[in-house]
Amino acid sequence: MISGVLLFNQKGENLIFRQFRNDCRPRLSDVFRIQVISNAQVRSPILTLGSTTFSHVKHENIYVVAVTKSNANAALVFEFLYRLITLGKSYFGKFDEEAVKNNFVLIYELLDEILDFGYPQNTETDTLKMYITTEGVKSERNVVEDSTKITMQATGALSWRRADVKYRKNEAFVDVIEDVNLLMSAGGTVLRADVSGQIIMRAYLSGTPECKFGLNDRLLLDGAGKASTTRAAAGSVTLEDCQFHQCVKLGKFDTDRIISFVPPDGEFELMRYRSTENVNLPFRVHAIVNEIGKTKVEYQVAVRANYGTKLFATNVVVRVPTPLNTANISTRTSQGKAKYEPSENHIVWKIPRFTGQAEYVLSADAQLTSMTNQKAWSRPPLSMSFSLLMFTSSGLLVRYLKVFEKSNYSSVKWVRYMTRAGSYEIRF
Amino acid sequence: MSTGGGDARFFARGKVAELRTELQSDKKDKNHVRKKIALKKIVANMTMSNNDMAALFPDVIQCMMIPQLEIKKMCFLFLVNYGRQKPEMAQHALPILISDMDDINPLVRALALRTLSYIHVKEFVQATVIPLRKLLRDNDPYVRKTAAFCVAKLYDHDRELVENSGTNGNGLIDMLNGLLKDDNPTVVSSALVALMDIWERSDTIKLTIDHANASKIVQILPDCSEWGQTYILEALMSYVPQDVTEAMIMAERISPRLQHSNSAVVLTCIRVILYLMNYIADQKEISALCRKLSPPLVTLLAKGPEVQYLALRNALLILQRRPEVLRNDIRVFFCKYNDPIYVKVTKLELIFMLANESNIEEVLTELREYATEIDVHFVRKSVRAIGKLAIKIEPAAKKCITTLLELVATKVSYIVQEATVVIRNIFRKYPNQYESIISTLCENLDSLDEPEAKAAMIWVIGQYADRIENSDVLLEDFLYSFQDEPVEVQLALLTATVKLFIQRPTKGQDLVPKVLKWATEDTDNPDLRDRGYMYWRLLSADPQAAKKIVMGEKPPITAEAEKLDPHTLEEMCLNVGTLATVYLKPVNQVFRTARAKKLQDSPALQRHQLPTVIAEQRSRELLESMSAQAQVDQAQMQVQQQQQQLQSAVVSNNALASDMADDFFSTPMVAAGDNLNPFAPVGGGTGQYVVSQNAPQQLYQPAQGDLLLL
Repeated sequence: MISGVLLFNQKGENLIFRQFRNDCRPRLSDVFRIQVISNAQVRSPILTLGSTTFSHVKHENIYVVAVTKSNANAALVFEFLYRLITLGKSYFGKFDEEAVKNNFVLIYELLDEILDFGYPQNTETDTLKMYITTEGVKSERNVVEDSTKITMQATGALSWRRADVKYRKNEAFVDVIEDVNLLMSAGGTVLRADVSGQIIMRAYLSGTPECKFGLNDRLLLDGAGKASTTRAAAGSVTLEDCQFHQCVKLGKFDTDRIISFVPPDGEFELMRYRSTENVNLPFRVHAIVNEIGKTKVEYQVAVRANYGTKLFATNVVVRVPTPLNTANISTRTSQGKAKYEPSENHIVWKIPRFTGQAEYVLSADAQLTSMTNQKAWSRPPLSMSFSLLMFTSSGLLVRYLKVFEKSNYSSVKWVRYMTRAGSYEIRF
Repeated sequence: MSTGGGDARFFARGKVAELRTELQSDKKDKNHVRKKIALKKIVANMTMSNNDMAALFPDVIQCMMIPQLEIKKMCFLFLVNYGRQKPEMAQHALPILISDMDDINPLVRALALRTLSYIHVKEFVQATVIPLRKLLRDNDPYVRKTAAFCVAKLYDHDRELVENSGTNGNGLIDMLNGLLKDDNPTVVSSALVALMDIWERSDTIKLTIDHANASKIVQILPDCSEWGQTYILEALMSYVPQDVTEAMIMAERISPRLQHSNSAVVLTCIRVILYLMNYIADQKEISALCRKLSPPLVTLLAKGPEVQYLALRNALLILQRRPEVLRNDIRVFFCKYNDPIYVKVTKLELIFMLANESNIEEVLTELREYATEIDVHFVRKSVRAIGKLAIKIEPAAKKCITTLLELVATKVSYIVQEATVVIRNIFRKYPNQYESIISTLCENLDSLDEPEAKAAMIWVIGQYADRIENSDVLLEDFLYSFQDEPVEVQLALLTATVKLFIQRPTKGQDLVPKVLKWATEDTDNPDLRDRGYMYWRLLSADPQAAKKIVMGEKPPITAEAEKLDPHTLEEMCLNVGTLATVYLKPVNQVFRTARAKKLQDSPALQRHQLPTVIAEQRSRELLESMSAQAQVDQAQMQVQQQQQQLQSAVVSNNALASDMADDFFSTPMVAAGDNLNPFAPVGGGTGQYVVSQNAPQQLYQPAQGDLLLL
């Protein structure tokens, strides 16, 4: 398993070096620096040199690296690195060079706890925060008293939740967030449209609540095996696949299709899902781009909102690529502001508020400088970002969220829907 | 914003002497704040490796006595880092650690045990054994799980010590085994993974899990942490189903794990299910399981790019073993503009594998799009894929060629060169068709500057010398720089000139003697010289025979899907989700020390479904059909013919020649081990040669990755 965990900044300085096995030597940090950080040729997140494998993830301005020998479980290694980043973010707000330098002792402490002999141990933020804190003194007092409680939780079946959570007001917030991905061809046909959604829950519930959660889905997990999948009933959606937080009882889901769980305290990602059928595209884009001779490109981009008039999207940004040798650009818009960003080689068209059913147009002319070595323009796709509240591209709705607890308290639940642009690309 | 800590100011280089004074300072030190700061500086300096902090050992050990957990942890970290360098000093810390193992606080007991067992010093290792025995039976599960890992650590330090640590259930390994019956799921999964770690490195210990045990550990799956679930699933790879229903039930029971959000759980679960399928007879059941595997694999594409890459590499693998998986999912592999290049390239390979007659339009539009992107390597691969598709899907050849010509029209040098190479292969696959495009190719002669593309173009000119009006002029242009060309191009030129002479003697008669003279007298390269002499003698001995040999009909190349050889495929499927799947190479080739995994025999094993067995079966049938129609000597004749064909087929491309020959001769050796006719697996008498079309960048053997059967 993992022989060592290393953190580097962009310059290649080794910030953290923790070995877990005897085969991880300090000089490996030089090897990684030379072979990966200062080697522009490296294109893979995995590099094997002799018997040593470096698996790395770049996050903000640091490299998070795991060293392994032999044929390790790569999925486990990367999941662990992701988790380390998540932990860092939840402890320090941000996991970058500054945060690492500011908290290096704590990071060593965390690493000692979440890896033993290179095997990942309990990595639940909630549990870890009970005994590894940014204020060292606090841990001092509490640990002696509560240590048994801590150890029980760190090894128990509900490792993600403390038993003594108490709230005066019991609330649960559910956010359904969908990233809609689109790839449209120059001819206007949809090459790919799918939704990857996540359901984020913020649970502020006392005690050990049992939650049951229902969606308007028809799960297509067994393919043709089930008669119910022949035609999705009106008002229901077909989810291609879903994955759950470890608190969800997968066995129960497999047999009865009920999502039941004891939530961790606070915010967590309850589930992720994917849907590919009947995707409602919030925006239709129609782009006409003409290259006139070698010195001019004309743009005519029309964007139409495909949702109800009562809704409106915010932070709509359309990025229209321009040739690399663009000298000057003039733009006209029927709504919002357009600006040419030479460093990124695109026009950014921002529309702060986009009402349903509206259609806005951008027209632009790009003047090109002539170049001695005329290369064809690769025409990268036009892309969009936006967020749209109270709308789901997949049509998914939360049917119910029930909370059962011994003390039988009543709880308030809130549901929010949001659709964002994932990779929303239109070729032209 | 990053709050908390604020320790960055300690993250600076310090001198040993200064740090020592800070540690020893007699000033009033309330709550040991000063000492804490000094220790933090020391910890920071341990990483900035230039400073050897080991000199501070005695002072740090002094600090260990301070009853503050934070200080203690820093001292322990120091100890773990430098214990090995200064064993005599480290021993002073031993009593502190040992007394800590009796602490009332379970976290402290576990911490002491964990630290102690990290230190690779004889005294420490020996001192661990006695307290470890006690702590393996501690009443706190957290301590027990730490103890479980500790046994594996000790085994790493000193395997004999552990193996001889006791008998009659008293040995450490026996006690570890006992923990498998623990009522805490985390302890069980920890004990299991510790046992597997030991087993990886041991020759004496066997890990067998029977159905009853397997059922038990599967039962606790839901109660384990995500990592624990991964460990349990990995352990299931050591379970050998004894009958088909057993295997089926087990696959059913673990399949809910496919919905887990942790990709390690998902991929390991896929591995186990793929493994269990080998023991399932019912084809319906297998199809049902296959259907379950597709969605989770695709869902992994929503994870970080690193896991996406891993999922894609594994998809490449699984697709070869179980083509039902992912069959209808080609669109999800279309590249996003911002995908990292390693993801894009792998997606491209998957698109190539999944392409068929019904989706070819879509695929070509997509590949055409990729061919205009910025990354040169990716563009080249896309062009190459289009060419390979023309060979793989016969009915689509025309469309592929049209797309290629569109790309050639862009006049981008590397696109033209790449297209030239693939078009050469298309000519070899479809001789005497599509020759109308030769003129388009000839328009772009000037942009060729890479040896491979040049050689390809020269081959085309030579092969079609009688149909290209000015073939002699074109060749002469190339010959102008003969001396400066790499051998690959020189060989191509030599062959092409001979072909020109044979087809149009009048046009070639001036060129041939010149080239033959260069090839035999003015070169040091043995291949070029040998081939030069061969042609020379052939032409002077019997021009008719020369024509037959040089211009004789060659078998058209064929394209099977890109495939791993059956042995590798079978082995890789037992390693889904591991690093080896990224390289798609036999595990021991990349990781020499790794324990090789093999499918274990059992009454339930569906032998006839295994790729190796099927391949063996095929070659046996071939052998039978061969011996039925011919005697052994005739077979040998064929072999000779094959070799001749081989010779002439590769004349045009020297780079391919060595690979071809390697593969040609290595294949029989594999088969010879199976007591088969040494030449059977090559594909009967028809002469199919395995050629590595483009040597993959990081892989050092042409057997996998971008492999094309020609």
